[in-house]
Amino acid sequence: MATEILMPALSPTMEEGTLAKWLVKEGDTVSSGDIMAEIETDKATMEFEAVDEGIVGKILIEEGTEGVKVNTPIAILLEEGEDATAMDKASEQPASAPVPADKEQSSETAPAAGMAHPAPEVDTTPDWPEGTTLKQQTVREALRDGMSEEMRRDDSVFLMGEEVAEYQGAYKISQGMLDEFGAKRVIDTPITEHGFAGIATGAAFGGLRPIVEFMTFNFAMQAIDHIINSAAKTLYMSGGQMGAPMVFRGPNGAAARVGAQHSQDYAAWYMQVPGLKVAMPYSASDYKGLMKTAIRDPNPVIFLENEILYGRSFDVPDVEDYTVPFGKARIWREGDDVTIVSFGIGMTYALEAAEKLAEEGINAEVIDLRTLRPMDTPAIIKSVMKTNRLVTVEEGWPQGSVGSYISSVVMQEAFDYLDAPVICCTGKDVPMPYAANLEKHALVTTAEVIEAVKKVTYK
Amino acid sequence: MAAKKPSAKTTPSNVSADELMAYYRDMLLIRRFEEKAGQLYGMGLIGGFCHLYIGQEAVVVGLEASAKEGDKRITSYRDHGHMLACGMDPKGVMAELTGREGGYSKGKGGSMHMFSKEKHFYGGHGIVAAQVPLGAGLAFSDKYKGNDNVTFTYFGDGAANQGQVYEAYNMAEIWDLPCIFVIENNQYAMGTSTKRSTHSPSYWERGAAYGIQGEEVDGMDVLAVKAAGDKAVAHCRAGKGPYILEIKTYRYRGHSMSDPAKYRTREEVQKMRDERDPIEAIRSLLLTGKHATEEDLKAIDKEIKGIVNESAEFAKESPEPHLDELWTDIYAELEA
Ligand SMILES: Cc1ncc(C[n+]2csc(CCOP(=O)(O)OP(=O)(O)O)c2C)c(N)n1
Ligand SMILES: [Mg+2]
Repeated sequence: MATEILMPALSPTMEEGTLAKWLVKEGDTVSSGDIMAEIETDKATMEFEAVDEGIVGKILIEEGTEGVKVNTPIAILLEEGEDATAMDKASEQPASAPVPADKEQSSETAPAAGMAHPAPEVDTTPDWPEGTTLKQQTVREALRDGMSEEMRRDDSVFLMGEEVAEYQGAYKISQGMLDEFGAKRVIDTPITEHGFAGIATGAAFGGLRPIVEFMTFNFAMQAIDHIINSAAKTLYMSGGQMGAPMVFRGPNGAAARVGAQHSQDYAAWYMQVPGLKVAMPYSASDYKGLMKTAIRDPNPVIFLENEILYGRSFDVPDVEDYTVPFGKARIWREGDDVTIVSFGIGMTYALEAAEKLAEEGINAEVIDLRTLRPMDTPAIIKSVMKTNRLVTVEEGWPQGSVGSYISSVVMQEAFDYLDAPVICCTGKDVPMPYAANLEKHALVTTAEVIEAVKKVTYK
Repeated sequence: MAAKKPSAKTTPSNVSADELMAYYRDMLLIRRFEEKAGQLYGMGLIGGFCHLYIGQEAVVVGLEASAKEGDKRITSYRDHGHMLACGMDPKGVMAELTGREGGYSKGKGGSMHMFSKEKHFYGGHGIVAAQVPLGAGLAFSDKYKGNDNVTFTYFGDGAANQGQVYEAYNMAEIWDLPCIFVIENNQYAMGTSTKRSTHSPSYWERGAAYGIQGEEVDGMDVLAVKAAGDKAVAHCRAGKGPYILEIKTYRYRGHSMSDPAKYRTREEVQKMRDERDPIEAIRSLLLTGKHATEEDLKAIDKEIKGIVNESAEFAKESPEPHLDELWTDIYAELEA
């Protein structure tokens, strides 16, 4: 059967081109791989190869013709023994074009922007029932308990990272874990973030549940390609066939006097990525409960810890299998005058400010987001509907901050309830300085939070 | 690589006629499939980047012949051949290329990002060399589980200059991971020849720095690839850790569809095609060894053409994904 040879698209953006030169003439026999013509695309001059065997029956577009649209017939190829009458038949067969998807289709799950909002449903059940026995634990102990409990529960969970095993953890988070679980499941890696993040992600593809400890998240920048391109996107790219059930964890944000390269808060970075979940707990019970949830989650979870919080003690329920769900904020303090939203170490400023404000008669509601993706925005909206004022608190940089996202959501969903502009208290827009006085000033301060609250309450 | 007339060879005694026929068929399927993909790209049915495997067929066909059920494979964006060779359905692959619902990733991955859990094909990766630690990680999972599966981790000569390759080598060796690192050295990374990108383009030798054994293999000879594959697989299955195969091969087409390939001469390509073509080599072994007649081979050609046309028809007719698919597969649900 005679076939039409069509003007090919030879780049992702080409719509038309110049048929610069024919390298075959009518009557020539061609076989697959032979170069038939030179075609100038929007980018370059390309050689155009024959795909099928046959005889060039007719050249339809002269060489030198400019502006030949993609898919225009440029020649007719005959099979051996065919004559020119077959050519008419060829031109009757229209070249197939992609079938457009039904334009009527609409996506039901697309978020509707700017809609008037009835008071959102918010889960306000307490983390533990009244009367639960509590014990005092440091964040460090709570984290270790969370990981160890899950490793006892599921053989496919293992911990890998620099100094996690024999050294007992650079920050002593994995103390005792090598003894309990052995070198097969508590694995010291060489200093090779890019490589071991990739190996762990591959192991997750292969059905294991790795916990990857970064000595700090600053070093995860060398691994961010695997975190995002390999771990977060594979479920989608594979049409749901395989993903990366794993946890990337480690201290994040400023420690103390370690300078610009060791002090960055990555909350806003990771929070942006679909496919990742992001937890940034404040209290020990949340470190434990969210860590257990993170390990069981079938998706890659970024677990942002804080070195300064590691040594702090909190109440932790003394119960078997204590977990905290993702996407559920915790209200630490109820109040009517202003909503303060924070997470992670930002909570220390938020709570301290609220206490001082209470002495002055201003009652702040303080919300700890606990996870940033999913984010419990309904809890924020509901609170703002009551207080009509919002201040956000974080240590990270101002441009593209977590607070700026929250304020855009509140503006779109609760604009009519706001009595003052939202103020985002953040770290300063500078690399972290080393000098003690400068460092203190570079971070967000309690005084700034108090000042912001006074501004939005017009006090 | 010494240029040899393929017809000068005789069939090695340990290779059966059936085996030769299978290699011929599998390589031809890849070649015809890729030619068809090129054609569909030209018609605007395939978009974006599309990297063809034409010329390199003997690499995957030879190595897949050494694999057993349970073994894993992972590669770069130049992945169509790997998928066909491990038994994935040409229809599903082609429909992914056209971005349709019937594609392996429901049209959401495209040419560079395709997967098959069933065939243990772990992608399809668009970031040069990312698949190398990922492949070591797949091998890690098998070692952890205590089975004897191996992982074939394919990457290019260009990828071989990425730091993460050596990070993966280092850990694969200290942890004895059953990973075969397969360097498909087709002599170019886009437009950069190996001579211009490294002082010593003998990539397999770099394994020595990490204590990993390896060898160079003639990738235009499927029998040589199969023999090397058997050796590497035996090494890994025996728990002796990773192995490196540097397979010298050649891509006939441009790097991707939009590459005018000005960095090499037409003669260089033509010489390879004429003298070293892996499919022609097997074809002439089959004929000179009287394992098959011209008629037999014609029948195979016809059968392959049928399969490929069918895959193209399927890829054209399969509908575009429903818009709801935009919002699915972002997160996996917790199994109760
Ligand atoms: C990290 C990264 N850098 C650059 C690119 C763009 N790029 C895609 S393929 C390629 C060349 C790779 O060559 P090679 O590894 O030899 O593989 P081949 O294409 O020859 O199979 C480049 C530079 C990329 N995809 N990823
Ligand atoms: Mg290459």
